[in-house]
Amino acid sequence: MRVRMIVNGEPVTAEAAPRQHLADFLRETLGLTGTHIGCEHGVCGACCVRLDGAVVRGCLTYAVQADGARVETIEGISDSGEIADLQAAFTERNALQCGYCTPGMLLSAQELLSEIAAPDRETIRNHLSGNYCRCTGYHAIIDAVEATARARAEAKR
Amino acid sequence: MKAAAFDYVRAESLAETLRILAERGEGARLIAGGQSLAPALNLRLAAPDLLVDIGALTQLRYIEPAGEALRIGALTRHVDIARSEWIARHCPLLTRAIAEVAHPAIRNRGTLGGSLAQADPAAELPACMMALDAVIVATGAGGERRIAAWDFFLGVYETALRADEVLTAVEIDGLDAERAYGFAELSRRRGDFAIVGLALAARRRAGGLAEMRLVYFGVSDRPTAAPGAAAALARRDIEAARAALAAELDPFADAQASSAMRLHLAGVLLERAFAQALEAAT
Repeated sequence: MRVRMIVNGEPVTAEAAPRQHLADFLRETLGLTGTHIGCEHGVCGACCVRLDGAVVRGCLTYAVQADGARVETIEGISDSGEIADLQAAFTERNALQCGYCTPGMLLSAQELLSEIAAPDRETIRNHLSGNYCRCTGYHAIIDAVEATARARAEAKR
Repeated sequence: MKAAAFDYVRAESLAETLRILAERGEGARLIAGGQSLAPALNLRLAAPDLLVDIGALTQLRYIEPAGEALRIGALTRHVDIARSEWIARHCPLLTRAIAEVAHPAIRNRGTLGGSLAQADPAAELPACMMALDAVIVATGAGGERRIAAWDFFLGVYETALRADEVLTAVEIDGLDAERAYGFAELSRRRGDFAIVGLALAARRRAGGLAEMRLVYFGVSDRPTAAPGAAAALARRDIEAARAALAAELDPFADAQASSAMRLHLAGVLLERAFAQALEAAT
């Protein structure tokens, strides 16, 4: 089927079989391989993308369902500079090792920070509960998100 | 894994949806948020010929309070319920339960109707609907059919919904100031399906709680009420309530927990949910 969507600000028209999920469509058809694929049933969070502004699982949405939608991937929000500070905090705090979970982790964390300006560690943990990381043990990730929240709050003053 | 091949159509109206369902019968499946169906498709636990996407029927996405009653459209997303101030004030059981439904990215897309129609035995919302004595509205070619939540859940992924019907709304009544609630669940990772969970709804009466409903999830093939335990709990007899649970629940065993462990945890949750309800009542 023909699908049209706005991906990272650019209009895209392409063919997608109904059974192709959005993460595969982004990776294989559009070559946007920053969206990772782990479990393909919604458990691991590696495939998180933004769909019409909300973070969703790329593996639990079929590309045909995103016809007419606005999609943002890690490439888009990375290039725009929207999360440059969060990415720097991840590096600073060793919040990534192999990097497989990182795109999904960043998207989820950025969504939380846009909703709650100063989340406590428990809130950060809860919000990231759907994103598996098999390297870091999570503490460094929580540190990085918390540090970014603080820095943004400071900057606003 | 990847889903088996299926055809796809995006329905433009409820009438069109009903027509397609009537034509295609059991080979067609509705998809809304897809947060339960897509995992089943990707794992090839389900392989319909046709997916009918009702995600564009935005007229089914609403939260409509009317006095002490509430009607919620089937396409209302979990995130909508989580953010509803009216629900937080008048039906906090749902607010509390929604926070435990999977993870934020799934709550952004998953719908109330989808969760109820899927009828996963470990899901939170079906148990809440029973505890709240909700009515589930099914729309077919002949109009609306109203089904008590207590009669709706029939087994694993099995409901009273007919293949040619669409679950369109949920109605909850009696949301007055006398209501008290409790909700608790245990899972290995926050947001995962519960090992055991409990929804409690009751009415405040002088010095205590009455008309208590206890509905467990994650213990059998459907949400399971424990009326004997509820009656004992209303008398504040926790020991008797725990004893009643042993007679009323026969939890299944799986890799996560044995039957005995589930029964034990059900007793733990009983006390937690009761404490919440009492706190709300005082």
